[in-house]
Amino acid sequence: MTKRLTCDVVVVGAGMVGAACALYAARAGLGVRLVDRGPVSGGTTGAGEGNLLVSDKEPGPELRLALSSARLWAELAREHGAAFEYEPKGGLVVAPTPDALAALREFAAGQRGAGVTAVPVDARQLTELEPHLAPGMAGGVHYPQDAQVMPALAAAHLVRASGAALHTGRTVTGVLRTPHGTVYGVRTDRGDIHAPAVVNAAGTWGGEVAALAGVRLPVLPRRGFVLVTEPLPRLVRHKVYAADYVADVASDSAALRGSPVVEGTAAGPVLIGATRERVGFDRSLSLPAVRALAAGAVGLFPFLRRVRALRTYAGFRPYLPDHLPAIGPDPRAPGLFHACGHEGAGIGLAPGTGQLIARALTGEASGPDLAPFRPERFDTEGGDVR
Amino acid sequence: MTERPRLAVVGAGPAGVAGALAAAARGVRVILVDAGEQAGGQFYRQPAPALGARRPRLPDHRWRTWERLRDGLDRHRSAGRLIHLTDHHVWCVQRESGEPGTAEGAPAGRGSTAGGFTVHALRGPAQEEGVTVRADAVLLATGGYEQVLPFAGWTLPGVVTAGGAQAMLKGGLVLPGGTAVVAGTGPLLLPVATGLAAAGARVAALVESASPGALLRRAPALAAQPGKLAEGAGYAARLLRHGVRTLTGYTVVAAHGTDRLEAVTVAALDRDGRLRPGGARRIPCDTLAVGHGMLPHTDLAETLGCTLSGTAVRVDAEQRTDVPGVWAAGEATGIGGAALALAEGHIAGRSAAARLHGTAPDPRRWAAAARARTRLREFATALDAVYAPPAGWPDRVPDDVVVCRCEEVTAGQMRAATGSLGAGDLRTVKLLTRAGMGWCQGRVCAPAVAGLTGCPLDPGRRPFARPVPIGVLADLPEADRTDLPEAD
Ligand SMILES: Cc1cc2nc3c(=O)[nH]c(=O)nc-3n(C[C@H](O)[C@H](O)[C@H](O)COP(=O)(O)OP(=O)(O)OC[C@H]3O[C@@H](n4cnc5c(N)ncnc54)[C@H](O)[C@@H]3O)c2cc1C
Repeated sequence: MTKRLTCDVVVVGAGMVGAACALYAARAGLGVRLVDRGPVSGGTTGAGEGNLLVSDKEPGPELRLALSSARLWAELAREHGAAFEYEPKGGLVVAPTPDALAALREFAAGQRGAGVTAVPVDARQLTELEPHLAPGMAGGVHYPQDAQVMPALAAAHLVRASGAALHTGRTVTGVLRTPHGTVYGVRTDRGDIHAPAVVNAAGTWGGEVAALAGVRLPVLPRRGFVLVTEPLPRLVRHKVYAADYVADVASDSAALRGSPVVEGTAAGPVLIGATRERVGFDRSLSLPAVRALAAGAVGLFPFLRRVRALRTYAGFRPYLPDHLPAIGPDPRAPGLFHACGHEGAGIGLAPGTGQLIARALTGEASGPDLAPFRPERFDTEGGDVR
Repeated sequence: MTERPRLAVVGAGPAGVAGALAAAARGVRVILVDAGEQAGGQFYRQPAPALGARRPRLPDHRWRTWERLRDGLDRHRSAGRLIHLTDHHVWCVQRESGEPGTAEGAPAGRGSTAGGFTVHALRGPAQEEGVTVRADAVLLATGGYEQVLPFAGWTLPGVVTAGGAQAMLKGGLVLPGGTAVVAGTGPLLLPVATGLAAAGARVAALVESASPGALLRRAPALAAQPGKLAEGAGYAARLLRHGVRTLTGYTVVAAHGTDRLEAVTVAALDRDGRLRPGGARRIPCDTLAVGHGMLPHTDLAETLGCTLSGTAVRVDAEQRTDVPGVWAAGEATGIGGAALALAEGHIAGRSAAARLHGTAPDPRRWAAAARARTRLREFATALDAVYAPPAGWPDRVPDDVVVCRCEEVTAGQMRAATGSLGAGDLRTVKLLTRAGMGWCQGRVCAPAVAGLTGCPLDPGRRPFARPVPIGVLADLPEADRTDLPEAD
């Protein structure tokens, strides 16, 4: 099977982001081949959760991408929503103390200025929205734009809907470049695929694919554990998390720190996630991480104490030093495009990313849209941590 | 270091008890942890004392073996060398120090300097209270569980697992039903059929899918086991006495009934495991006991990081896993029966005792057990080759058959996941269909899903060996170094 294949664009990585790139590129009229060394959704997409959040983002480029993605998700859901368990259930951020509530309200005011719907709720309204919430919370903010999908199903159904040729079980081992440096396809363990454009949607392994093309992209893994309970009737209605007020010494300002998100799912189990740990690709069970999730969840919903966790799993978020993804053409390797490094928001940000990539591929993307996500930005800026 | 070293033995079946006795007799403080109310595991299962039954139906020599083991436990327990924690359901074993393998290569190192382990269990029948046990080394004797492959009608009430039927017979002496058919493949079917017959059921047929030819071809390896052969002959005689018809080279293709089982259709198989045309017949019955062999319980070992070979925990000649301080014995290291489990457990216990005292054990001391182990493993390999599920079974499962019972996922949905949605392994089939996400976490259906989708039966990665209350997790000791979780 070494027959050479051709197409307009090869997308490397059949996770959520690759699926969205394939969908919007195909809709733009391009012939797409989607290549993955494993199955569809076998990477981080199958090891995370499906929160589509605007609530946790401060005004800036990521929030803009989240808002445009939220609109696109709603649009996609009109056709496929039932297949991938889309639920526009809204988020509820609760503040345990008056101090935290003041900070949360201020944060929400900033978000409103950026186009987020953020409705302040008092303690009494909290219990109306979430009857099983722990008593004594100071108040919160309701975010109707927060939604949820089942990510593995979303990626699989969007891949199928894209009509792209799918090549699973096929590893990209090289990026083909002319003597002038222009990219003209990929080498795989089962033959070359020629195309004038290659999209690196390899998630946490995006740095490796970039290296195959001879360019640097410092994507690193950030581990997260998720706890899954036994199936329950709907006792948790929104995506609920606590925002606590912690002093951020570095920036001399107030910072909000979230608890794990607790949410019911269409299938019944409650998901509790996720931790954030920088431990490389270590998959071994961390009971301290699991403990932190359990304690956070019980603090919000005391009834969970007696509910059983059936399983826990870990995934590795792809993160870049400034916590923003790399999206767009790479001037260091003409023909190479990146769509990776979405850290803990790759599901939420996928449609917006796919649309930006499709526009970049067809030459329609405008500079300002892509500027914050330039893949070559780390060549000069180093590792500025947000 | 005046404290005696501590060995936690997980599982009080033949392997665990043999290991516990061998270690306790050699100056090790043993904590035997098991979910049952009494020691014995599945093999030496005894009627609950409350039932007042006289004695389970085990052949006499086995009963004597068990009495010897049980007396040993009593002796070590009263001498304070052994603690037996009954009704303790282990959900996780964790290595305490994060630095594995520092003593790699040093013969006395494995086991003695590994930093210790915490065994996490849930106490009591409700399994709501968390308990932790600390130990310097661990012996995993977690046994195996029964494999049942699906067929049309297999979820009807009245269809039970062969092991389940046997457990009922051994534990409660309850008769499962009036007319029974015993079907599937494997050596377990014989005692189940004779047991049911002896308990008063009419056994309409014993349906074994292995072909008489396959049994013959393996005859030399099987004949090398005089004891086993005699046992087999004993079962055969009893089947005859109870008038049980044996159909070898047959399989159950469907169970029929509206609210509960009324009949089964069995059909003859050809050499390649395909149905022979015209070979089907219908047998009325109200109980079908069905089983397709056993699989090792490896969840605890996997979470500890032990390497598996195939579906079993990989061990060396001393029954050590490749994780320092962790031994494994019995069905967890490969299905082979109680006698093999006893031999392996004994070797594991002696090796662990020596290593915990900082000395290298002398394998000549357990030469007899090692010889038995070799012989019984060869026998188990021969049995495996004979009693493999018939090759064509997945093709006979119609699309509408529910295969994952916890989440009610059909064969057709699983086929679609790999066929058109791009799943390519058990994990992605699970993600796209929910097969294996329910209460049993795929322990029951994983082999069936693998067969139906053509995906390899890879280890399941189940960090919790059983469901754990969130409150128990929340009450675990707090860590100092993990990042606090944040919203995603
Ligand atoms: C615990 C946890 C919780 C999370 N919760 C959320 C959440 O609630 N909401 C949210 O939006 N995000 C969440 N995330 C983040 C989200 O899962 C990721 O951002 C997202 O899945 C990334 O998708 P991707 O397509 O970029 O990467 P992946 O899904 O990892 O896909 C990359 C693919 O590239 C393939 N690949 C790599 N190298 C090669 C090669 N050389 N050849 C061929 N193929 C290759 C891989 O096999 C893989 O399938 C969470 C993550 C974790 C770990």
